[in-house]
Order: sequence, then structure tokens, then C-alpha cells
Amino acid sequence: MEQVLLEMRQIDKLFPGVRALSKVDFTLRAGEIHSLMGENGAGKSTLVKVLTGVYPRDGGTIRLNGHEIAPRTPKEAQEYGISTVYQEVNLCANLSVAENIYIGREPKKHGFIDWKTMNERAVTLLKRLHITIDVTKTLDHYSVAIQQMIAIARAVDVSARILILDEPTSSLDEQETQRLFAIVRELKAQGMGIIFISHFLEQVYALCDRVTVLRNGELIGSYEVAHLSRLELIAKMIGKNLSAVQEMDQTEEKSQPSADVFLAAKDIGCTGSLVDVDLAIHKSEVVGLAGLLGSGRTETAELLFGIHSITKGEIDINGKKLNISDPMTAMRKKIAFCPEDRKVSGIIGDLSVRDNIILAMQAKDGMLKHIPYARQAEIADEFIRLLQIKVSDREQLVKNLSGGNQQKVIIARWLATQPELLILDEPTRGIDVGTKSEIQKMAVQLAKQRGMAVVFISSEMDEMTRTCTKLVVMKDRRKVAELMDDEVNSENVMKAIAGGEKE
Amino acid sequence: MKMKKMMNAAVASRYFAFFITVFLFLVLYGVGMMNFRGFTRPQVFFNLFIDNATLIIVTVGITFTLLIGGIDLSVGAVVALACMILAYLLEYTAVPVAAAVLLVLAFGIAFGALQGYIITKFDMQPFIITLAGMFFCRGMTAVISRDTISITNPFYVSIASARISVFGLGFVSIGAVMALLVLLIAAIVLGFTRFGRTIYAIGGSESSAALMGLPVFRTKVLVYTINGFCAALGGVAYSWIMLSGYTLHALGMEMDAIASSVIGGTLLTGGVAFLPGTLFGVLIQGVILTFITFQGTLSAWWTKIVIGALLCVFIVMQAIITERKSKLSSKSSLENRL
Repeated sequence: MEQVLLEMRQIDKLFPGVRALSKVDFTLRAGEIHSLMGENGAGKSTLVKVLTGVYPRDGGTIRLNGHEIAPRTPKEAQEYGISTVYQEVNLCANLSVAENIYIGREPKKHGFIDWKTMNERAVTLLKRLHITIDVTKTLDHYSVAIQQMIAIARAVDVSARILILDEPTSSLDEQETQRLFAIVRELKAQGMGIIFISHFLEQVYALCDRVTVLRNGELIGSYEVAHLSRLELIAKMIGKNLSAVQEMDQTEEKSQPSADVFLAAKDIGCTGSLVDVDLAIHKSEVVGLAGLLGSGRTETAELLFGIHSITKGEIDINGKKLNISDPMTAMRKKIAFCPEDRKVSGIIGDLSVRDNIILAMQAKDGMLKHIPYARQAEIADEFIRLLQIKVSDREQLVKNLSGGNQQKVIIARWLATQPELLILDEPTRGIDVGTKSEIQKMAVQLAKQRGMAVVFISSEMDEMTRTCTKLVVMKDRRKVAELMDDEVNSENVMKAIAGGEKE
Repeated sequence: MKMKKMMNAAVASRYFAFFITVFLFLVLYGVGMMNFRGFTRPQVFFNLFIDNATLIIVTVGITFTLLIGGIDLSVGAVVALACMILAYLLEYTAVPVAAAVLLVLAFGIAFGALQGYIITKFDMQPFIITLAGMFFCRGMTAVISRDTISITNPFYVSIASARISVFGLGFVSIGAVMALLVLLIAAIVLGFTRFGRTIYAIGGSESSAALMGLPVFRTKVLVYTINGFCAALGGVAYSWIMLSGYTLHALGMEMDAIASSVIGGTLLTGGVAFLPGTLFGVLIQGVILTFITFQGTLSAWWTKIVIGALLCVFIVMQAIITERKSKLSSKSSLENRL
């Protein structure tokens, strides 16, 4: 048995009105990758924040290498060797890469910051993680993936003994994720204890040794990953028995597309972002756009919704040629688009659930048209019920909802405009397993029951193969393959991306 | 294509706004030299520093607050109050010059620290707190005296009128030297100390800075303290030029300072500022005023009009740069993907 690095015993944490953690135990060994699992609001983040001194704890003990510790700030936690890399990259975009790694611990010469040494050290450090970039450039020059690795480089260099990765892969594509895993495994080999929080089951199984499951702030148990099946794990997370989970896992039968084409895009392209994409979307069809991050999936969706104008080709809706020059035109033509990053371009946290839901409808009707309150309430209630949005009431502020429920509110907002084409860009990113499957089912049901055409964009392959009857595979801003019905499986997508197969 | 690439590189450079400001300054100065013989005298250049010593010092201070995404509207009023306190102490009491100056500086530090503490502790809008501070200081100035108090203390007047020769080309005042010193020290602090870099980090993202374990609270309070000190020191420099205390001294100077800082490349959203740029931001205002003085018939208010127009241009330019940059970064992120 490996040496125990960290022991958290009987941790309690109270928030006004909520018991966020109740008597939670957690043990981390050296040289182990330990996953914390649970649905949103289960207490994973709270536990981590107690450990890193962001929140004070209301009870329990934390022992590091047998000594009791009580970090009160992230800085104190860092001094104990506990470093965290958060879901959203918590670095400063206006500072250089080197500075982001060393700020607060800059090498000095005669009392002043020694920029030359700092840059040299940053280069050496990043080289160990196989990253070669210009460290003197500001951080906003680099992609989120690179920023994430820079955050890890920083965390590791603080001579960390414990590294906490909170949803580190939520904005990385497959290749980038693999690269991150390689780094994490290397750190594990060096004897570091790593806490890995992720919603991606497959990643947990690929990377982790042990898993601790939390539910509603309570400890469910710690298990060896090798001895726990995926279904058992999900059952523990959502607190239902195995058979119920198996039922949930059964796919909703796919929607059969009708013969009517709702939207046909012919050789559409946009200089610099997309090259000659052909796309036909039928009524009652769920079309998936597959491909790596940056392959042109989102760009295609944005062209369909008029966020960027096409510079080439044409778009027909219901057989009529149309110029979709801006989102308003698209909305009038009954197209709806739930964008990728719900925090930045979707949710308005300080407004109520009701306000958020009627927003797109109001925009479509024009700002001057008054929608009576009773009507607003009716619409809001209808969608809260339809999508099973968990709210205390419709006037609750959206920022107080969990990620999954926020996502549902955005979907509700667009459904309220009664679209015929619904574009969902990464609707399940960063939300828990239960809600994920609900959203997938919802997409299929909308197509089935309302005859809606749905475009589904996701980085998770099994989610796509489960819901879509047609997959359009994108690579390097081109369409490289179109898979129909039986061809829809992850193997074919991989092949298409790898370039072994040409149309 | 190559030209375009170079343009992109220039726009992406951290010093792009600085280059533009310097370029603009040189153009304005060049136009002045071509139109007026007097403009070619070195002393005209030195006068820029003598006349704008206060504004330079105050702008350096306010740049600190802008860097953390804050603002301070009280600085003009603090300058006026500092002048008034000095005038009152030197004319109506037996307080020695050095003590009076130290007292004023101590007041600036205390006032800045208080504002900073309130803003940071209660997470208040700096705009509103410093607006209150502005009213308070302006009001206190009138409470001390509603009429002008002239400073006649011979020692103080001799400091004010002291002239330091520069390579025999001309001369500068003690205030000008002080202003450049403040600028130099501030530039070193911002560029080469942990405290300075923490200020940038807070401006970039306060929550990130906190999570990286940086002392956010202390730094923010210190920033406002430094700003208070700069405002009081600017007040001392101002009293050397005006040799009086008066309720309406330095009216609206906070706005001049913010304008100079922005023209010098500071982003109001925080996290971006380059002090040499700030200096040129002040100097541009000075050149325009000099230009108008030489011209003779135009009203001095034209300075405000030109500065207003410049400010608009610069804000729009910053927006374009930011947009351009994010486009560039999305492109480079693609190139960087493995």
C-alpha cells in the first residue's frame, strides 16, 4: 500500500440554509490519481475549496503527511504543497506566459524581478511538459488547451505534493486531453497525489486509480476504479439502484427523419473559417456535427444562424433560396441556436428564470411588443415542466442554478421561439451524467414529437452516436464524411477524421 | 501579405498604443516647429515638464488605480486641498516649510488609504467612493478659506522659483524633476517588483490573482494609498506654480489625468498600462496648449476640444486592437494545436 498523503476526516461545511458537506472522509495516497465523482451540487467543488482554504470548514480535520493542517487561503494551501487547476483557467490573460507561471514567486536580482531568468526557467519548465512556445507573449495569444497546461505547469512548479485538477478537460478536444493525461501520468510517476474531478466517465476510467463518490454533500464511498463497473458508478452517483440506471442508459429510439428537407446548404463557405460544406437537414432529423475542436463544427452552425455571413454557396430553407445575413433573419426563419459557452454567450445570471426564458421570444417579437406577465409566467412554467428544470420557482435567479439547469434554461429560451431547426452546440459540456442523458433524450423527443430538425454538436462521441441518425464529420474546416444510419458509430468517425476514408 | 503580417505583429505588440502616442506627440511637435520659430527653442520642450509637473505626478497615481480596474475622482480636489493647507499653514501659522509639506503628504497617504480600505473592504464601486472623496476635499478647501490665500513665505517661494539648468540648453523647475523622478520610480515599481506585477495581475483578473495566492486586499489598498500620496505630492508641485491656495484650483484635473493615461495606452478595464506612454499622454496635452499659446488668437479651451477628439479616437483604436488581438489569438491557437 502506498503511503497516505492526505487524510480528510469528518469534514463539515455549512452554507446558509444548506449543508454542503456532512461528515465527509477523503484519503489520498502518494502516486495515486484519485477521482472525485458526483452530480452537480454533490459537494465536489466544496470539498476541494475547503481543502485549498477558499472556504473555512465548519468541522473535521485535515492531515497532510500525518500533520494536521488548516489552510485559510489558497496561498497557505500552496505553501503546504496543495495546488489547484480550476475548470476555468484562472490565470491572467494580460500577463506573459512566464509571469503567469512565476507571479508571486518571481526570481529576483538585487531586489528586482529578474525577467531573463524567469523567462529561461519558464522555457525549461514547459519543455518538461513538451510545450515549446514563446513565453514572453501574453497568455491571451494561446488556446485554452495551452493555457490549461500552463496552469498545470504553474501548479506543479509550486513544488506541489498534491495537484487538484477541477474539470481540466472540459474545454479540450481528444488529442489535447490525451496530451494532458500523459502529463498527469508523468506527475503521478513522480509520486504526486492527484485529485481529478471530471464529468467524463471514460476519462475517469482511463486515468484514475481510485474514485470517491459524493452525493448531496455526503460520502457514498471510495472504490478501486478497476473493480467498479460504469453502471455501478453511475448508480452510486445518482443514488438509484442498478436496474434503474440500466433503464436510463437504454437509448431513446432514434428519430426517423421525414423526407422533407428543411434546410439545404450548398457548398457554403466563409473565407478563413469554412470551406465548401454541403449539408441537408430534414424535418424530424437529428444531425450531428462531429470533429475535433476547431474543425469547423461551430463555424458551420454560426453560418447557418447568420452570425457570420457566407461568402460562397447558398442556403435554401423549405426549398427557397435565402440570405441569412444576421441572427434576426435566422430567428424569423425559425432557426434557434444554443451557443457553446453558456456563461459567456447565453445565460444572464442576474435575471430570473422566467426572464431568461422569454428573452429570445421578446427579441424576435421586437422590443416594443409587451408580453403580459401572465403569459410570460405561463410560458416559463410550461418549459420548466417540459424540460424538468429544477428551480425553486420561476423567479429564481439563474446564476443560482446548477450548470445543467442553466443549460436547460437556455434551451427553453430557444424552444419558446417555436423553432423548426434547433442548433445545440455542446449542450452537455460540464454537466452531470443524469442531466446529460436527459438533454440527449430531449433532443430526440423534440425531433420525434414536434418534427423539429436538430443539429447536435458535441465532443463526446457516444453522445452523438446515441442521438443522431446522420453524422457530418468535419476536419480542418471541411466536411470529410457523411455517415448515415448504420454507419453512425465512433469507429467510422475516427476513420474519417484520421483521413483513411474519402467520400 | 508581408506588409499585412508586419501590421498584425505591430498591432499585437504590447507597445502598439505607446508607439502611436509617441508618434502623435512627435507629429504635433513637428507641426509646431514648422509653424512657429519659437517652438524650436529647447526651453519650449522643458516648459512642457515645468507646466505639467502636477499633471504628470497625478496621472502616474491615477494610472495605478486604473491598472487594477479602479478609478479615483478625488485627485483634483486633493490637489486643491493640499495647496490650501500649505497656503494656510505657511501664511497663518509658524509651521516650518518642511513640516507643512510632510503634513500634506501624510494627509494624502491617509486619505488614499482610507478610500482604498473602504473600497476594498466593502467591495464598493471606486467611482462612488472617490466621488464622495472629491466632494469632501473640495468642500474642506472652502472651509479653510473661501478666498485665495497667496503664499509669500520667502523660503517656499525660492523653492518654487528655483531653476535647474539642463546642459546649458535651458532649465527646469524642482517640480519637473520631482515629476520625472516619480515617473521613474513608479515605472520601476510596476515593471520590476512583485508588488507592481501583482497590480497587473489584479487588473487582468482579480479572482485569478486571489486564487494564485497573491495578496489582493493589501495590494488594492496600497494602490489607492499610492494614488493619494501622488495627488498630495502633485498638490505640492501645483502650489509651486500657483503660489496660492484657492477653492477652484485644479478643477477637473482628475479628468485630465484619466484622459492622459488613456491616451498613453491605459485600458479602463484594467491590467494594461505603460508609464512612458502615460508621460506622453500628458505631454500631448501640453503641446496642444503650447501650440494654442503660440497661435495667440485661439481660446485655451481648444485644448479640451482636441483632447476630447483624441480621446474618442484612442478609445475606438483600443477597441479595434482588442478585437484584432482576439482574432489573432484564435488563429494562433489553431496553429498551436499540437
